[in-house]
Amino acid sequence: MSDPTALNLFQQQEANRRRTALLVIGFVAFFAWLGFGGDYIYHLYTVDAPRTAYHHTFPWFGILLSLVAVAMASYAYKTGPDKVLWSTGAREVVDPATDRERQLVNVVEEMAIAAGVPRPRIWIVDDPDPNAFATGTDPLHSHVAVTQGLLDLCNRDELQAVVAHELGHVKNLDVRLMTTLAALVGAVALMHDGAARVVRLGGGSRDRGKKAGPLLLILLVVWILSWILAPIIAQLLALGVSRKREYLADDMSAQFTRNPLALASALQKIEGAEAPTTHIKRGAAHLCIADPLGRRLTSHEGLFADALATHPPMAKRIAILRGMGYAQLKKEAGPAR
Amino acid sequence: MGSLIPLIIVLVVGGWLIAAYNGLVSLKNQTINAFKQIDVQLKRRHDLIPNLVNAVKGAMDFEKSTLEAVIQARNQAVKVGAAGPDAIKQISQAENTLSSALQRLMVVVEQYPQLKATANVGQLQEELTSTENRIAFARQLYNDTATQYNTKQQQFPTSVVAGIAKAQPADLWEIEDRQERAVPQVDLSMKPKV
Repeated sequence: MSDPTALNLFQQQEANRRRTALLVIGFVAFFAWLGFGGDYIYHLYTVDAPRTAYHHTFPWFGILLSLVAVAMASYAYKTGPDKVLWSTGAREVVDPATDRERQLVNVVEEMAIAAGVPRPRIWIVDDPDPNAFATGTDPLHSHVAVTQGLLDLCNRDELQAVVAHELGHVKNLDVRLMTTLAALVGAVALMHDGAARVVRLGGGSRDRGKKAGPLLLILLVVWILSWILAPIIAQLLALGVSRKREYLADDMSAQFTRNPLALASALQKIEGAEAPTTHIKRGAAHLCIADPLGRRLTSHEGLFADALATHPPMAKRIAILRGMGYAQLKKEAGPAR
Repeated sequence: MGSLIPLIIVLVVGGWLIAAYNGLVSLKNQTINAFKQIDVQLKRRHDLIPNLVNAVKGAMDFEKSTLEAVIQARNQAVKVGAAGPDAIKQISQAENTLSSALQRLMVVVEQYPQLKATANVGQLQEELTSTENRIAFARQLYNDTATQYNTKQQQFPTSVVAGIAKAQPADLWEIEDRQERAVPQVDLSMKPKV
């Protein structure tokens, strides 16, 4: 149980570093395409214009948009964790006020020891639905947040298992990739809304484009399509990136606690609570241990669900954990009798 | 062209040697660090016990022997703990004795509902549970890391480099008592035995 994950940890961390870098590069490249593509279209559009009219020869849009993208990506990377926590309205537990909070702090410290990472900062989201998420850029700057509902519903062992799951995400650097993704998805959505307004305002004088060649038309169509599809692509990316990771983090939780049955029963309780986690918005959904939007898609696996759900089916996760738990019980009971 | 092939072979073998050596050194340091973590948690336990004993002493005049066993085991563990990481066998033995003494004390505390109802004792119980967990998890991390280290230095081909890296098999932290295998449960819902 422990060996494959221990061996894969280094590769997992490397893969997450690489994917985060690719994500940021892809983000900047996409904006560069939008900018320079726009420049090229504008250039083709003005190349036949009379000598005295404006000729678009210097790619202002491209350079400007690329710079904006670089600035946004670095801003998103640096402030991603804060933004995610802020969007959920979480409050930090500095001085535990109640017995439950003290227990949470203790449990997080225990799991940090088991995972061999520094203790993350601890947050509570004031939401009655049980859920939890982790965010941060690396194990030194990481955060674990649980909802009030999780604290109320789970016993000590279950809380421990959920926290261990989140620390699994921290240890293999899932948090870096998923937090950057969340911040960038937010940035794309913002840009898209802004751009839509600009396009609507300047949409009046399009008739001159008709005399341009087919190349210009194709380019224009592709370019506009990119603008429209950007937020959808970003959303799909967020979905695809998070599903396999949940199985892996479940596995790591079992490795840290040596108690996969506790996580299974915690997941059962989380699943049993029907209400969506209203404090956690769509942008941060892929960070959570269970889909906060309460979509029924996660109840089965299939082509449609695979493409649209942020989380693997709960029943399958629970079944895998139970399998681990019973195998462990058998092994422990075996030689003693 | 002919002289290039031996050069490449030398470079590849040399690169592998460096990587294997560094891997072993890194694992060795991780093992040492994991051991220090256990030490930190054991100290925490040693510091916590006087508080616990003081909190329950007044109400437990007729359970003196249990309390004394805890104090004695704690002092013994502190003494052995000062010996450092070479004495891992003795340390783990002393700590196991302390663990069982503590467990007996907690069972006794369970039998005094009015004692348990004191907020202070309830908090101490949570602290004790957490400390026992921390020790168990620190031990688990140490054993996992040490096993990885030991396996690495015994497996071919890394075993070739083990001598150069001065790698020596690390002792695992043994748990003799079968009861100790399970994290001690301080069950708050349990009815007092009369």
